[in-house]
Amino acid sequence: MSETLAAAWVIARKDLTIEFRTRSAFFSAVVFALLGLVIFYYAWDPTAVAAIDLAPGVLWVIFTFSGILGLNRSFGVESADHAIDGLLASPVSREAIFIGKAFANLVFIGAVQLIAVPALAIFYNLPLQHIALPLLAIAFLAAIGLVAVGTLFSAMAVNTRLAELLLPMLALPFFVPIVMAAAQATSKLLSGRPLAEAAAWIKLLLAFDIVFVVACALAYPFTVED
Amino acid sequence: MTASGPRTAQQLLEVAGLSRNFGTRRAVAGVSFSLGEGECLALFGPNGAGKTTLLRVLAGLLKPSAGVAMLSGISLPGGSTVRSRIGLISHHTMLYDALSARENVSFAARLYGIRDPERVDAALDRMSMLVHADTSVRSLSRGMQQRVSIARAMVHSPRLVLADEPYSGLDESGARALSSLLRELIAAGTGVIIVTHNLAEGLSLATRAAVMRSGSFARVDERATLDSASYPDLYRNAVASIV
Repeated sequence: MSETLAAAWVIARKDLTIEFRTRSAFFSAVVFALLGLVIFYYAWDPTAVAAIDLAPGVLWVIFTFSGILGLNRSFGVESADHAIDGLLASPVSREAIFIGKAFANLVFIGAVQLIAVPALAIFYNLPLQHIALPLLAIAFLAAIGLVAVGTLFSAMAVNTRLAELLLPMLALPFFVPIVMAAAQATSKLLSGRPLAEAAAWIKLLLAFDIVFVVACALAYPFTVED
Repeated sequence: MTASGPRTAQQLLEVAGLSRNFGTRRAVAGVSFSLGEGECLALFGPNGAGKTTLLRVLAGLLKPSAGVAMLSGISLPGGSTVRSRIGLISHHTMLYDALSARENVSFAARLYGIRDPERVDAALDRMSMLVHADTSVRSLSRGMQQRVSIARAMVHSPRLVLADEPYSGLDESGARALSSLLRELIAAGTGVIIVTHNLAEGLSLATRAAVMRSGSFARVDERATLDSASYPDLYRNAVASIV
């Protein structure tokens, strides 16, 4: 297990180094998230819908779609000049490749969230200070589920001609339960309800995380078998 | 036809009845051969003969549809132990263009559990790329990228080298460096299978030469019995039915 984790870290570090150098996907995702916030803001009628009712939906819509930009890149870097062959021919396990890719994607989505959440608070004038920790926990749990599913489908879609179109088509249906639980839990927190009321949704989020992480890690080796 | 014969070297690779289908198309059709330590099999053949597919099966990138391949007694595609003994060179560089030459080779070394930076530098130096070690791969010429790719494949000192068109993109000095490296490896007991369209380059390294046609071996010759000058005619006759 320690060998798998060590190899996963080597792969994640390589992916993060490449993203840090190019910053192409990260800037695209952040710009997309901020533009999404602006568009929702100007489409919003504050006299009809309260900010705390709209914000959770806005937050999770922009996280989902900006996350897909990063997930598309995840295996895209491996397809250039068949770098994936070097990975698959190496002695690292397929699970290590999946975990490494997923971890890099988790950092990517986490970094986008760190910029998008304060931006949301500014646009919608939301006092997030008192719920910052539980909101971070929800964002983290949801990101785990999103990257598990997204990493698997990124691996499946990368060798197709319409990879950038196929990934959202494959992944979005599986994102629904994660986004639904995260949005509901966020809504409870923003509306000032006791944490216990959000707990059921957080537990559901945790359950989906466990199922998706295990299922996707087990399924991944079959996506690279040829 | 098989490429097995009385071998004195210790057996490294045993392939028996290996086939690989893509749908209804049979890319590799019942290939059998063995390769000993310090032997080099040069594989020739026209495009679509199944050479690259055979190498990809042996590298563990494709599953065989039938037959077996055993490396040091372990069935392919095996686990991490057997994959750590194989070095794969391809006409695709398998490099990340945002990383430097050293970072690419170092990444590959770490995948093989090697953390010694001196081995990374030694591999780059062997292909005369140490001077460009910190240059981003995207800034290197195609030939230099191929040299880095070869360093990447050799950094873990593989027991079996699978080289698919390894001279692709190399200039004369790069080709010389690669030939010299492969000769050293063969002399040290490494098994090499080289796929190339250049008969002279292949024969200069080979201890055996095989011609593939339609997924199987059309002819196999011991290098010692071959005359380099007449081999192009033998090759043309072997592939004549489809050219």
